[in-house]
Amino acid sequence: MHLVKTKKDFQSMEFKNQYETVFILTPVLSEDQMRDAVDKFRKILTENGAELVHEENWGLRKLAYPIQKKKTGFYQLFEFKAGPEIVNILETEYRRDERVMRYLTVKLDKYGVEYNEKRRKGELKRVEEPQNEE
Amino acid sequence: MTLINEPIHQEKRKKVKKYCRFRKYGIKYVDYKDPDFLLKFVNEQGKILPRRLTGNSLKYQKKVAQAIKRARHLALLPFVADNLK
Repeated sequence: MHLVKTKKDFQSMEFKNQYETVFILTPVLSEDQMRDAVDKFRKILTENGAELVHEENWGLRKLAYPIQKKKTGFYQLFEFKAGPEIVNILETEYRRDERVMRYLTVKLDKYGVEYNEKRRKGELKRVEEPQNEE
Repeated sequence: MTLINEPIHQEKRKKVKKYCRFRKYGIKYVDYKDPDFLLKFVNEQGKILPRRLTGNSLKYQKKVAQAIKRARHLALLPFVADNLK
């Protein structure tokens, strides 16, 4: 009996993490082109066995500072459940695609998952704080 | 009379105890997608405020810092600014 788990054991266990990815597309795209790009990444996710939990399009947003001399960008968010291999696949695709100006993928811990569920339902109450800070 | 520097003003400042807002209000997750909230933890130049000013506990100060850095990467917050507030 081996008590030590080998790499194979872990692979067969099929880890599933919950991830969240946000990327910014160039503003030079038209609405349709933007949608095409988003569809492409959605397809990459689903084809690699990710289970989409949520997606959000923030539309054209002003950037806090210029990126590639652009002052605005289309923001898109995906939340999905998948194994860890997918992150590399997805990020390689981001790097290959010239339409993507920035991307960020994070793994959500249990609090993050909880928070995002609340956010979706619009349950997030703003905690009112006393304004006595200097 | 002593030569030791004695405080001239004996006014006693009211001490307001600082607290960690995350612990107080039970916030468990610091969201990088919410720049308006993160704005509370940066000064007008966009720098992250130290713990001695915000009163955050170490655990949440680290999370705040991480969230601010993520928000900066996604251009939700500036790296440098002049008049953020």
